[in-house]
Amino acid sequence: MYKYDEIDQQIVDERVAQYRDQVRRYLAGELTEDEFRPLRLQNGLYIQRQAPMLRIAVPYGMLSSKQLRKLGDIAKKYDKGYGHFSTRQNLQLNWPKLEDTPDILAELATVEMHAIQTSGNCIRNITTDQFVGIAPDEVIDPRAMAEIIRQWSTFHPEFALLPRKFKIAVSGTKQDRAIIQMHDIGLEFYRDASNQVAIKVWVGGGLGRTPIIGSVIREHLEWQHALTYCEAIIRVFNLHGRRDNLYKARIKILVKALGIDEFRNQVEAEWAHIKDNANTITEAELARVGQHFEAFPYENLPAQDASFDAAVAGNPAFAAWVKRCVHPHKQTGYRAITLSLKPHGEAPGDITSEQMWAVADLADEYSFGELRSSHEQNLILADVKLSDLFALWEKARANGLATPNIGLLTDIICCPGGDFCSLANAKSIPIAKAIQQQFDDLDYLHDIGDIELNISGCMNACGHHHVGHIGILGVDKDGSEWYQVTIGGKQGNDASIGTVIGPSFSADEMPGVVQKLIKVYIQERTPEEHFIDTVRRIGIAPFKAYVYAKAVSTKNEIAA
Amino acid sequence: MSNLIKIDNGIASVANDEWALVQLPATQIEERKQAGKVVLFKLTGENPITAEQIADTVIPATGKVIVPLSVFTARNSELASRIAQGEVGVWLSTHELLENLTQQLPDLNVLPIISVFVERFADGRIFSLGTLLRTRYNYKNELRAFGDVLRDQLFFLKRSGFTSYIIRKDRSAQDAIASLNDFSKPYQGAVDEPRPVFKRYNRGV
Repeated sequence: MYKYDEIDQQIVDERVAQYRDQVRRYLAGELTEDEFRPLRLQNGLYIQRQAPMLRIAVPYGMLSSKQLRKLGDIAKKYDKGYGHFSTRQNLQLNWPKLEDTPDILAELATVEMHAIQTSGNCIRNITTDQFVGIAPDEVIDPRAMAEIIRQWSTFHPEFALLPRKFKIAVSGTKQDRAIIQMHDIGLEFYRDASNQVAIKVWVGGGLGRTPIIGSVIREHLEWQHALTYCEAIIRVFNLHGRRDNLYKARIKILVKALGIDEFRNQVEAEWAHIKDNANTITEAELARVGQHFEAFPYENLPAQDASFDAAVAGNPAFAAWVKRCVHPHKQTGYRAITLSLKPHGEAPGDITSEQMWAVADLADEYSFGELRSSHEQNLILADVKLSDLFALWEKARANGLATPNIGLLTDIICCPGGDFCSLANAKSIPIAKAIQQQFDDLDYLHDIGDIELNISGCMNACGHHHVGHIGILGVDKDGSEWYQVTIGGKQGNDASIGTVIGPSFSADEMPGVVQKLIKVYIQERTPEEHFIDTVRRIGIAPFKAYVYAKAVSTKNEIAA
Repeated sequence: MSNLIKIDNGIASVANDEWALVQLPATQIEERKQAGKVVLFKLTGENPITAEQIADTVIPATGKVIVPLSVFTARNSELASRIAQGEVGVWLSTHELLENLTQQLPDLNVLPIISVFVERFADGRIFSLGTLLRTRYNYKNELRAFGDVLRDQLFFLKRSGFTSYIIRKDRSAQDAIASLNDFSKPYQGAVDEPRPVFKRYNRGV
């Protein structure tokens, strides 16, 4: 992964000094609450219900074991001994003290980490596929470009105070796993007809209050122009995006209002002026950054391993884990594995300091000292030998990191919700826990098969509910918490936004509602058909009919 | 003490302001909020400037003045001799269109100063305006930011081509100067240094 040189280190060190002085001025009364807000947000610091929340950047999800160990130390020293991985691959601390945050940032800087632009109306962390670099269906490893974009966007003077937050995702695979169609800018890397690296540029996608799938603004962009083209897009947004209404300020609203053709005309006109300027990426710079992401010195291994096969045959628990948590690798004899941060009954994405240290050790022992976080809020060891899987599994299981539920109903994507977040309308973690407990039978979960259930505690959609096969959105009605259910959402190349099935439910009803949706699916599915495909084939009507009809008759039974 | 910070030959210091700022008189027109059309997007939520306001604007008879863009364009002939003597600058708000200025004045460098008013700290349009004035329209003279200008914008303003800043009057300009140098080696090319870091330094292979 990318290692800082003196220039990178100096920038994060200077940031710590700048932020320390901003906190000093705020505490001394030289900055008002309103003036401090944009400054602290650009450093990932929110003021929450219980305490501040600090969001630490994990650029495109890559972490070293040393960094994770430090995160574990920081959570222990400054927080309550745990952290939370977010749907944008970052790590959040829920209980730091404001006064401690400069020291936390100083400690982060010692392991080449920071919280720069993890919030606020600026260019946020660049995200990508958690299997980047090792996925068999990958055409281009986009990490070097992601790092180049990260550097370009860090303290970009022109784009420091945009109308609203701005999220860029990159992907270089055949099957999109980075939800690039749901970002302000999605960069899809591919090889063009002449075998050169090119980018298909998506713009104006997003979740939140107004979910919109992005539009293609350019089918073919040579990689050298990635920065100047983004500059043209963001300049048009900066000048013309709405600033009078927080809820209409994202680029997707501007793109929709102008229409993609007019928006494209404006961007292309802008780009004509700046194309080929000094920010054009050079071969040398791509090569310099790219060498940080070269393949590890893999061993030449056979495709099969007898001890692994024997363990799968002889140990059903291991076999279940292999089925769900082990993923293909482009190098023969290697696999990527997912460590589930979704044990049943715990807050999705949460991880204790002890678990962070344990994962760091596993990364050192089995996976070249590196790991990744995923937007599904799990951790990935990307380069494990087939022959090491059993030993790794035993250690992961001992640390509560081997729940074999990846891609299953209980692998819930979930925002922190009303327990922590001051924006939330409703709690989300207790809903996730209740559903996990309702479906605590692994055989049943495996029978239900691949399904994505996403929960957001408010319209801002941090839990990506719009693209969940089942989406749950917390809403506020007359001061009490209700939950609206959508089905048919999907991430990936054929992304779609879910449809609301009807009136919302109370928290108590939610596990039962999910149960009914699953029941309809199991009745209606054809062999091998996943939940999302059944919904797409038969539509929402049968689901809606059963969920609501049943609710009425249950009430009648009680009344009788 | 003055609240103007000026960069001259790369050195920032607190300076006296030799320019008088000319304001439009207040208006009674109600606020118009619309969106969705190409031009209106730029004007969302902003009060349109009326002909009466422009006509009623009082311009001091002598001395160096910075006049609103709308007055500069509408009453240009009246100002012509003073413009020729270098006694007239222009200011505009962040939602105004630069084209209104550049169509009137093909060579902006007849203006000794252009000033941009930022109503709220969080309004980052000012950075794009500075960038365009310097890189698209080749403006070379003093470029000033005023309004809700606080020290934590200064580094970005400097990089976007601004060379003078009127710090909001309840804050110290002297203290704010330090923030012009918050970062020593920025990553990306911008107005003050067009080359990105990978073209300025040999970062190894």
